[in-house]
Amino acid sequence: MRKNSRLPNLRNLGIHLRILIIVNLLTVMAAILLSKDLSDFIALLAQLSALVQPIILLSFLGLYVLYPLIVKVQYAFGIALIFLLELLITILIFNLMHYFFTSDVATDLVRPSLLTILVTGIVLYYFYMQQRAYSPAIAEARLQALQARIRPHFLFNSINAVLSVIRSQPKLAETALEDMADLFRVLMSENRDLVPLSQELALCRQYLALEKLRLDERLNIIWAIENMPPNALIPPLILQPLIENAVYHGIEPMPNGGDIIVTIYTRSKEIHITISNPFTAQNQHHSGNKMALKNIKERLILHFDLEAMLKAEVKDNQYIVHIRLPLHA
Amino acid sequence: MLKILIADDETPARNRLRELISDIADVEIVAEAKNGKEAIDLAFDTKPDCLLLDIRMPVMDGIEAAQHAQKLDPKPHIIFTTAFDVYAIKAFDLNAIDYLLKPIRQERLQTAINKAHALQPAQHKILQALQIAQQKNRSHISIHERGRVLLVPITQIIYLRAELKYVTIRTIEREYLIEESLTQLEIEFAAQFIRLHRNCLVAQNCIVGYEKRATKNASGQTETTWVALLKGVSDVIAVSRRQQHLIRRT
Repeated sequence: MRKNSRLPNLRNLGIHLRILIIVNLLTVMAAILLSKDLSDFIALLAQLSALVQPIILLSFLGLYVLYPLIVKVQYAFGIALIFLLELLITILIFNLMHYFFTSDVATDLVRPSLLTILVTGIVLYYFYMQQRAYSPAIAEARLQALQARIRPHFLFNSINAVLSVIRSQPKLAETALEDMADLFRVLMSENRDLVPLSQELALCRQYLALEKLRLDERLNIIWAIENMPPNALIPPLILQPLIENAVYHGIEPMPNGGDIIVTIYTRSKEIHITISNPFTAQNQHHSGNKMALKNIKERLILHFDLEAMLKAEVKDNQYIVHIRLPLHA
Repeated sequence: MLKILIADDETPARNRLRELISDIADVEIVAEAKNGKEAIDLAFDTKPDCLLLDIRMPVMDGIEAAQHAQKLDPKPHIIFTTAFDVYAIKAFDLNAIDYLLKPIRQERLQTAINKAHALQPAQHKILQALQIAQQKNRSHISIHERGRVLLVPITQIIYLRAELKYVTIRTIEREYLIEESLTQLEIEFAAQFIRLHRNCLVAQNCIVGYEKRATKNASGQTETTWVALLKGVSDVIAVSRRQQHLIRRT
């Protein structure tokens, strides 16, 4: 939702260039309409430019300064702020012009103000349309590229585990294959919409059932999720890769295994998720782990922007990943 | 009858191997290990002809176990098993080291066991390189003693001291002798050990403090030198003049 109605980065040079081109094209059009011949056109263009360029330059400065405020407030309010800024700049420039070169600058401010509003509106509409045309596609492409991947290590070891119980415990093998099918259905699905937290948790449990088959009593999960909001919406596959990491880096290197603790709770309209696993100093080459974390971080940003946060730390021999995201239900 | 030892940390994986091997004629499993260390310990008593080693195992991985297995007599044939291990597989392919991909097929297992061979010195080197490339140092040092292979965990070593052509390993219980170079050991375990003296590497977490002591030097004169006090043992290690800046750091 918010993704579709966002202002562009007003501190970006590319955005400034586009604004410059649009406004100057409009100026040229005005000069063409008002002039009788070529020499008149050039004179008129110079005259209009003398007014328009200072306004543009001052606008860039104003937008640069106000940008943090504009992104923080609601979209409509941000738009209003920009209109207000442009009007103020226009009035200022016209007054300065009037003060320094009294001669041929119009004294009434109604027409320049209306023109400013019109031009600002055109520029903003352009950005709105551009956002709608490109942004979802880019976001979708990035999401697709970032889509979490299960470790091949897990896939082959799980198949191996299923093969090992096929003869002795066919029922267990059956359930394991069903879990695997569900897991891969989600992994391969094209659906990138937000999913209820409970659904993601169900997926995690299926994944863990498979790991349990492999690791047996070495893997122990403690769920502290009594206060979780089951219907809260989260991006799919945020939790599962983190639990997979916890198993791979925290449990597998331990001869006697250990506990993975998953805690979920809400506080002031935000969901907090922490996953902790035993940390072993010997097994520190966590490059794969960093990839997964970066991936999840990027997906959180794509979905929630600055409202979400992910951080990982080592505390008391525990490796803890903490996620905070806004509560959407 | 070909004797086989299997090592895998996952119970189902061991079960599967057992099932497959039971279907092959003239082959028997003499021991099952949950990690590399157990495999080496069990191999001494059971004298297997062939080790089937999983690569990723806790305590000691398969690649390290294969290197320690070189000290066994007779040297067993080595076959690695792995679900997915890109770097290792590439190295195995290039150097004709036997391996099996999980899930393992019966026919493949049979072929592998029949053609399995002991590691050649060159292949041994490759495994060492592979271990260093993956930034995983040895977890144990193996010592050949009266026909046995003893494994000393790196974490139990208090200090390593070079003496003539040997290096003495000191743990709380006792001393061992190994034929390795102190310089190589210093490079490999730079994270855990510091060089306090030209001939001595000390585990950083075993140093309790430093003290000035009067000692007799070679020419019989008494001089005071710094020594490091160690956790768990009464021996002290002299700190050479060049390393005395380390004391100030603490």
